[in-house]
Amino acid sequence: MESLITFFNEDSNLLLIYLLLFTIILGFEVISKVPTVLHTPLMSGANAISGVVIIGAIFLIRQSGPEDYLMLGLGFLGVVLGMVNVAGGFAVTDRMLEMFKKKKR
Amino acid sequence: MLLEFIINIAYLAGSLAFVWGLRLLSSPDTARKGNIVAGSGMVIAILAALFQPIEGASNNYLWIAGALAVGAAIGLVSAKKVQMTAMPQMVSIFNGLGGACAVVLAYAELFPFYEGSKPLDLAGLSIVLSALLIGGVSFTGSLLAYGKLQGLVNDSQVALPRHSAINLALLAVTLGLGIYLAAAGSSGSLALGSLFMALSLIYGFSFVAPIGGADMPVVISLLNSFTGLSAAVTGLIYGSQFMLVGGILVGASGTILTVLMCDAMNRSLLNVLIGGFGGGGSSSAAG
Repeated sequence: MESLITFFNEDSNLLLIYLLLFTIILGFEVISKVPTVLHTPLMSGANAISGVVIIGAIFLIRQSGPEDYLMLGLGFLGVVLGMVNVAGGFAVTDRMLEMFKKKKR
Repeated sequence: MLLEFIINIAYLAGSLAFVWGLRLLSSPDTARKGNIVAGSGMVIAILAALFQPIEGASNNYLWIAGALAVGAAIGLVSAKKVQMTAMPQMVSIFNGLGGACAVVLAYAELFPFYEGSKPLDLAGLSIVLSALLIGGVSFTGSLLAYGKLQGLVNDSQVALPRHSAINLALLAVTLGLGIYLAAAGSSGSLALGSLFMALSLIYGFSFVAPIGGADMPVVISLLNSFTGLSAAVTGLIYGSQFMLVGGILVGASGTILTVLMCDAMNRSLLNVLIGGFGGGGSSSAAG
């Protein structure tokens, strides 16, 4: 309990909690009026955004020593995986929406 | 100093692009533009991550460039080749790879920690273990969802009798080991950490196994929000507010989207997750 109080009393932690809460509310609100036809493209677009994890993989490679092949290898794998998610995710969403537009007109 | 300022503005612009992109994506006339806006946000953020000053970093740009090229090539080619009817499973496999990326990053933290070269406190270790668990479930769960939609795996092949009970027991064991590892701190071992990762991966399979194939789009959306969460938790490992915001945004909007998709099918989320009459339900969400 005491550590919880210290945690909350730290300004940077409090700021982090504010950020979390507002981002959650924003995430809920921003897509709340989506029509059914857009469910799959929106899921696909959100999936591409979840590729932000690639930023961490880039940091891992940058911070590793030039001879630390274990970390470099893991970082390489991470960047490849993240990049497939990002590039493929946005490309596939674009293809879906392209089809959607043609269907409509 | 100036560089740092530019980098910070770039991350801010990237997060705004994500929010704005999602907003545009949820309306038919602007959806395509929204995807481009969100994609631009990601490009800006990746550039910022490449040039952000890190003290004492050896950078290894050649490794990064190679990995970016390989990943982009695989992603773009498979996105181009996929059949229109196979889109949901493609999204699923991309999503799984994002989860796998979080697993790799979290696992990479365990090596120096158990060697003793990089200490982590209770909070730090809990963050790493959470990323391992959430990313792992998202990875294998998405792979099985892909297999089911692609017709590689039959529902009845993977669902065991009384599967809900098995899932609960497996989850309890996995969480138990996770809590033990977090509490044990540096007296834990890499072997146990690896076991925890393996259990998380197995749980991902087991979690999706009893869910009927027609309900897969809903599950993919749920796993997508898991990937978002794992990205956010990984952001905590690297102290990146940008990853935190992007990940939480996907986690929250993915959860709401999952609920909306269930509503569109006249099902409850619990109903979908337990399985039951999943195979018979028609999926309007796949359209």
